[in-house]
Amino acid sequence: MSEHKAKEATLKVYRGDGKEGKFETYKVPMEAGMVVLDAIHYIQANYAPELAVRWNCKAAKCGSCSAEVNGHPSLMCKTRMDHFEDGEEIVVQPIKTFPLIKDLVTDVSWNYRVNEKIKPFTPDESDTKEWVIYQEDIERVQEFRKCIECFLCQNVCHVLRDHEKKDGNEQFMGPRFLVRAAGLEMHPKDTADRLEYLKEEGHIGYCNITKCCTEVCPEEIHITDNAIIPLKERVVDEYYDPLGKMIKGIFGGGKKK
Amino acid sequence: MTSSIESIETVEHDVIVVGAGGAGLRAAIEVSAQGLSVGLVCKSLLGKAHTVMAEGGVAAALANVDPEDGWQTHFRDTMNGGKKLNNWRMAQLHAQEAPDRVKELERWGAVFDRTKDGKILQRAFGGHKWKRLCHVGDRTGLEMIRTLQDRGVHQGIKVYMECTITKLLKDGDKIAGALGYYREDGRLILFKTKAVVLASGGVGKIYSITSNSWEYTADGQSLAYEAGAELIDMEFVQFHPTGMVWPPGVRGLLVTEGVRGEGGLLTNNKGERFMFKYLPESTRHEFAADEKEAKEWIDAAIAGQKTTARRPPELSTRDNVARAIYTEVKEGRGSPHGGVFLDISYQDSDRVRKKLPSMYHQFKELADVDITAGPMEVGPTCHYIMGGIKVDADTAQSKVPGLFAAGEVAGGMHGANRLGGNSLSDLVVFGRRAGLGASEYAKGLSAMPKFKDSDVQAAIDELDAPLNRTEGPNPYDLHKKMNEIMSAHVGIFREASEMKTGVEKVRELKKEIAKVRVGGGKKYNPGWHLCRDLKNLIVAAEAVAISALSREESRGAHSRLDFPNLEDEKWGHVNTTLSKDGDNMKLEHKQLPEMPDDLKKLFENK
Ligand SMILES: Cc1cc2nc3c(=O)[nH]c(=O)nc-3n(C[C@H](O)[C@H](O)[C@H](O)COP(=O)(O)OP(=O)(O)OC[C@H]3O[C@@H](n4cnc5c(N)ncnc54)[C@H](O)[C@@H]3O)c2cc1C
Ligand code: SF4
Ligand code: SF4
Ligand code: FES
Repeated sequence: MSEHKAKEATLKVYRGDGKEGKFETYKVPMEAGMVVLDAIHYIQANYAPELAVRWNCKAAKCGSCSAEVNGHPSLMCKTRMDHFEDGEEIVVQPIKTFPLIKDLVTDVSWNYRVNEKIKPFTPDESDTKEWVIYQEDIERVQEFRKCIECFLCQNVCHVLRDHEKKDGNEQFMGPRFLVRAAGLEMHPKDTADRLEYLKEEGHIGYCNITKCCTEVCPEEIHITDNAIIPLKERVVDEYYDPLGKMIKGIFGGGKKK
Repeated sequence: MTSSIESIETVEHDVIVVGAGGAGLRAAIEVSAQGLSVGLVCKSLLGKAHTVMAEGGVAAALANVDPEDGWQTHFRDTMNGGKKLNNWRMAQLHAQEAPDRVKELERWGAVFDRTKDGKILQRAFGGHKWKRLCHVGDRTGLEMIRTLQDRGVHQGIKVYMECTITKLLKDGDKIAGALGYYREDGRLILFKTKAVVLASGGVGKIYSITSNSWEYTADGQSLAYEAGAELIDMEFVQFHPTGMVWPPGVRGLLVTEGVRGEGGLLTNNKGERFMFKYLPESTRHEFAADEKEAKEWIDAAIAGQKTTARRPPELSTRDNVARAIYTEVKEGRGSPHGGVFLDISYQDSDRVRKKLPSMYHQFKELADVDITAGPMEVGPTCHYIMGGIKVDADTAQSKVPGLFAAGEVAGGMHGANRLGGNSLSDLVVFGRRAGLGASEYAKGLSAMPKFKDSDVQAAIDELDAPLNRTEGPNPYDLHKKMNEIMSAHVGIFREASEMKTGVEKVRELKKEIAKVRVGGGKKYNPGWHLCRDLKNLIVAAEAVAISALSREESRGAHSRLDFPNLEDEKWGHVNTTLSKDGDNMKLEHKQLPEMPDDLKKLFENK
């Protein structure tokens, strides 16, 4: 990394609301190690105080600063400016699946509503002794719990780009909430059953395993392989394998094993 | 551009909680568990509060790893770390209740790292005698906030997201409501309520190099001050010893103390383990005498074995380590970018990646440094404020009836210096207590109190003013100016002449802030939001500066070049206390509550 780049970067940033808008071009002096969010802050402080953007941690921990940078769904605080070619225009625009409020800020409240529908963590209340849980039994759950709710996976999922399946009568819950459901279902102390919800309301069946979600996840959660596919298998076992279910019932196999 | 009161959306709750970090969420859960209606208001989206960024862990004397631990030792460590300026009762409740609160989080779905025998794993941290920090790799805060968030949402708490409270409204001397605006479009909302719990976090944005986000603009401190509450200990600002120093865009970003807890070594450009030199006499006996003993401790910690070796000197309290690093750099023994070296690369690289995954990624992606292959460069960054709203230890109520506070916004718990991990535990212990206190108070009121329309109108006019002005300074410029003033005049090392200049400049700046102007409309306009934030920031800046100037000694995080010693006789028993007196900030030194004898005994022969 050279420490003194007296260079300038050119950013084209989407400015506008849901009704109308256009790309504005800004010149920003480059600093070593600069990320796209730094450039946006520079624009705010020097040219456009009213430029709307969300951020909090600046360290890829809070999932606030999601946007599309040169078409790629990214966290702006993690996207280095020196990864672009010299002189390459950097186009920054809001994520597409959720309604635009202004500039780079979208209305993601849809996601919070989906979350409310998922049955919460439900341990056996009569189990009052101190819990003994082994590390190897929670590795997978901990992977799912790394999610920072950046909603980039929701943004790229083609099912959610289809309005009917996001806002219509049969809504798909999306990869983020399949990850969340998996984290609950695979928790060794959870006793709730979410399979009916996953099938009938979350419409897990709509996912056709394109893996686009996994590719954009900044936390590198194996969304499809580790969360969605095992959940799909559980749903299939439950609904299309009555014999297997009966055997499990007879031999007392809990839902977790 | 003005708004009229009749057209404002008005909602009613028994209790309003301002802030959805660990403290606010825990408070709201408690209010709702008491069967009352609660509204939870936050400036960001739910789940994005500062608490989400906490890395290293939550302190609780579970004694899962070191069976010798217990609440008494945790209490003693906390008081010693705070140089005994802490409110003893808060420190006691905190040490006693933290284990139950952590176990409760587990019951609510938090998945902590485990010991070999399946219990919650605990790691070492600065100032804690035993391994005490329950953690999830280096993303403990995320685990906590997600757990609380889901618990709260499913309990039926009403959440008002991206909504900023700008004014507390009163009926006579007691709380009656609050005014807020939505960031989305600037529309106003009026809350009618019996009690308010402030859980709005800290003030880090008064400094330029900070680990804190845009949200840390001292809103709660300022709202409470304006409403008549007292602020205490505002001179005690914690500079965390290890922030990133390079590249410029991430300067100040936190490097968790967990790195040192896992055995990270601090060295200067001569390769010296300088922390051995900076251990204060009073605690030196608790630390390894040399590199050999420190290594024995680290080897045992990695193997999960017991040892008689004492902790490495890197695990001294934050105030010491921050001063040590500052001094090393100032005396020319710093790293290329003005920090020192922090090295964990001598350990097995898979272990480092497993124990410190976000640090690994943070350095790899933002600084092109592989921490499993070489050292990090680190230096002090403004991190936390020990001071805050003065509250009753048991109920968390401030001087204003119906106004409660918990978490970083409250003062007293941490005294002159906070130990790492003691904030996350503070949030759940006192979040719950504030929720309980507010519920009890609200149940005791027979009718909903009433605020005056004229107060609401005045608050609206103030909020609208920057948009209506045709000229005036830019909010971003004023913010930068404040950062420069505070960093230059009231930084890590302080002296009277500098601070006097600082106070004068802050007061000048206050006049400019009254004239701030911004363009654009009310729709998601961060420039306009900053105009309001500046009014809170300037209260905190003045509070920190005059409190620091008034305390003529060095204690914990407050280091005076002109008064380098701890002066117990004169200063060991008073809190700097601020209250609003017309347009002036009134400063008094008020007596600390006296610790009972049975607790005093814990400090004998230690
Ligand atoms: C990078 C980092 C790492 C840390 N690591 C640790 C650690 O390992 N262990 C530890 O114990 N501590 C740690 N800390 C400290 C700890 O995280 C914080 O002190 C703690 O999270 C503060 O919690 P809180 O609930 O008081 O406030 P926050 O979590 O900051 O929440 C404040 C809330 O108030 C809201 N708010 C503020 N003003 C308003 C307003 N005007 N209107 C409406 N809402 C408002 C915000 O939107 C937010 O929801 C760390 C801090 C940082 C920055
Ligand atoms: S794998 Fe499934 S959830 Fe993921 S993007 Fe493809 S369809 Fe959507
Ligand atoms: S699963 Fe990954 S991409 Fe999806 S919201 Fe969580 S962190 Fe973001
Ligand atoms: S600002 Fe938190 S993820 Fe980018």
